[in-house]
Amino acid sequence: MALQGEQASQRLEDLFKEAGHLSTPGLRDHVVEQLYKKSSELTAAGVTYTKSGHDEHSEKLDRIFTSPVFGFPIMLALLGAVFYLTIAGANVPSAMLADFFSWLEGYIAVGFEKAGSPDWLYGVLVLGFYRGTSWVVSVMLPPMAIFFPVFALLENYGYLPRVAFNMDRLFKVVGAHGKQSLTMAMGFGCNAAAIMSTRIIESPRERMLAILTNNFVPCNGRWGTLIVLASLFMAGSLAGGTQLLAATGVIVGLVLFGIFVTFFVSWLLSKTLLKGVPTHYTLELPPYRKPKVFDVVIRSSINQTLAVLSRAVKIAAPAGVLTWILANVTVGDTSILLHIVQFLDPMGQMLGLDGYILMAFLLGLPANEVVLPILLMGYLSTGAMVDVDGIGGLKQILLDHGWTWVTALNMMLFSLLHYPCGTTMVNIYQETKSVKWTFLSFLIPTVIAIFVTFIVAKAAVFFQLI
Amino acid sequence: MIEQHTIALAGNPNTGKSTLFNLLTGLKQHTGNWAGKTVDMKAGYFSHKDRKYEIVDLPGTYSLYSNSADEELARNYIIFEKPEITIVVLDATSLERNMNLALQVLEMTGRVIVVMNLMDEADKRGILINEKILMRRLGVPVIKISSRNRTGVDMLLDTIDRMITGEISTEPVTVVYDEETEKKIILLEEKAENIFQGRLPARWVALRLLDGDQRLIEEIEKRFAGRLEDGFAGRASVSTIGRSV
Repeated sequence: MALQGEQASQRLEDLFKEAGHLSTPGLRDHVVEQLYKKSSELTAAGVTYTKSGHDEHSEKLDRIFTSPVFGFPIMLALLGAVFYLTIAGANVPSAMLADFFSWLEGYIAVGFEKAGSPDWLYGVLVLGFYRGTSWVVSVMLPPMAIFFPVFALLENYGYLPRVAFNMDRLFKVVGAHGKQSLTMAMGFGCNAAAIMSTRIIESPRERMLAILTNNFVPCNGRWGTLIVLASLFMAGSLAGGTQLLAATGVIVGLVLFGIFVTFFVSWLLSKTLLKGVPTHYTLELPPYRKPKVFDVVIRSSINQTLAVLSRAVKIAAPAGVLTWILANVTVGDTSILLHIVQFLDPMGQMLGLDGYILMAFLLGLPANEVVLPILLMGYLSTGAMVDVDGIGGLKQILLDHGWTWVTALNMMLFSLLHYPCGTTMVNIYQETKSVKWTFLSFLIPTVIAIFVTFIVAKAAVFFQLI
Repeated sequence: MIEQHTIALAGNPNTGKSTLFNLLTGLKQHTGNWAGKTVDMKAGYFSHKDRKYEIVDLPGTYSLYSNSADEELARNYIIFEKPEITIVVLDATSLERNMNLALQVLEMTGRVIVVMNLMDEADKRGILINEKILMRRLGVPVIKISSRNRTGVDMLLDTIDRMITGEISTEPVTVVYDEETEKKIILLEEKAENIFQGRLPARWVALRLLDGDQRLIEEIEKRFAGRLEDGFAGRASVSTIGRSV
């Protein structure tokens, strides 16, 4: 029998009202208590122990990994080790890939010539599209193929929940939630995915904190930029082995600075816009488990690496084409690209950067992966058209455009602190359903990025460091 | 067209739920999240004995109240999308804590298979589990597996099959609360049953309403308001399941 619509919703409302009257505050406790009682009854009936039943192995390890003395040093050491492995391991395959792509480009160029294609087509397809994508692949693929599996192994082993446990004290101090460190860990992979992972945080207030600050963890799309610049400019005069260590040190320092900013912003927000007391929660420390190495490595390489890479290429390709067009269509006597660069240059100089760099960040809004390639294309489109042979050639191009170590440092800082990428902001909107918070998630990092780079630039001049 | 049966996979975090999911579906799944954590729901497919199944990996949660977006997502899927079978994955090494979730699911649906995962670990630690006793007391199938060593999975698949054919029927245990609460539950349950006519588990709805579950009230209003007369069926709108399904 069909019910009358209005009648039904009336009855629904009555039901809710009646339930409201009957509901008592202590009821939840009663219910949960009863459930626990039933659980232990069942377990008592169905489970027997021949040994202590404890996981002594995990308990022993936890005494080390979560100890107040060793917890943080071990965490830092592991963080450093992961980055060292990534940087050291990625160098050679990166160079090989770059060589391979430029070798291939020679043949492609010949092919275009033989087919009698016009210059502009060659420009768009090869100099724009091909160079843009091959750059992204050769710079991004090797670090990702190392970083993702190593990180996944750590997680699979059960170490990440211990990180959350260690960090919990600090998060409590700034009024945030310990689980935020788990969402931050995901941010190392991809901020957009990390925004969704904040669902594990129960209270809306602390979840919002996690969402608004996640961007201060450099995602995979920014690793390329950070690692390349750190290796080129931060360890220039040192010998081989120490060079790697110095670059690793700079990266670890940047990550720590990002974490510091996270704490600072969390603290500031929980004192102002997001006032409140952190909620209690239980953090479960699962037993350490021998990771299924092969499964984890394959799954994370295939799923994560390919997913992120294909996104990068999908965006890098049109961005490459767009940059080429901007650089080659002239209005008046200069290209559109130069107009933009000249417009942005005063602001860029103030921040210790230049107009090209700001333009690259603007055009790179859809994905951080493309910022460095766009910058490079911008530089190359105006200067003499040389081939970037390997990473050394890259440094020469940057030096030719007046780069110093301060420029590199500020670009790294700007990359670390600036607004989230387009995908992340879309996710933030979808998770918060609020224009205001989405806008704030753009505004807060941007203001901080501008402020910090400004200070660094002024300080460098003041102390005559350059 | 071959009929496709739906299965939901529920469980606490770190129970090897995702390992089981991967084992069942192989690479026939939609993934894309970072480092193996289920932050959104993943759906996968597998066949067994000429039957096709869609299996949804619910977010790992400790309870199914409205504490977090994750819990709500899992709860809503079981209640409103009505999977034909819900598999509750428990960590065999800490059953007492895990059993809670199983009991909560049993309040929502009787079509449940309880899976004790990580049996290899439990064996190593000398934890002996008598699944027959638990099966009798819970009133639903209880199966020991180790998704890491791939043991017990055949038994699970068989049980799924026999549950679909109706060979196995379940009589889920009811958790009885204190007298006062029970009185209130029975009062509300009757009315809820009148309104929902079997479309929602009335006792569970009564219990949640008594707990003042505002989010559930909103969800019911959203899904039912004014639509009760045109025979609301289980599959309301897929968009509520989550993006990646």
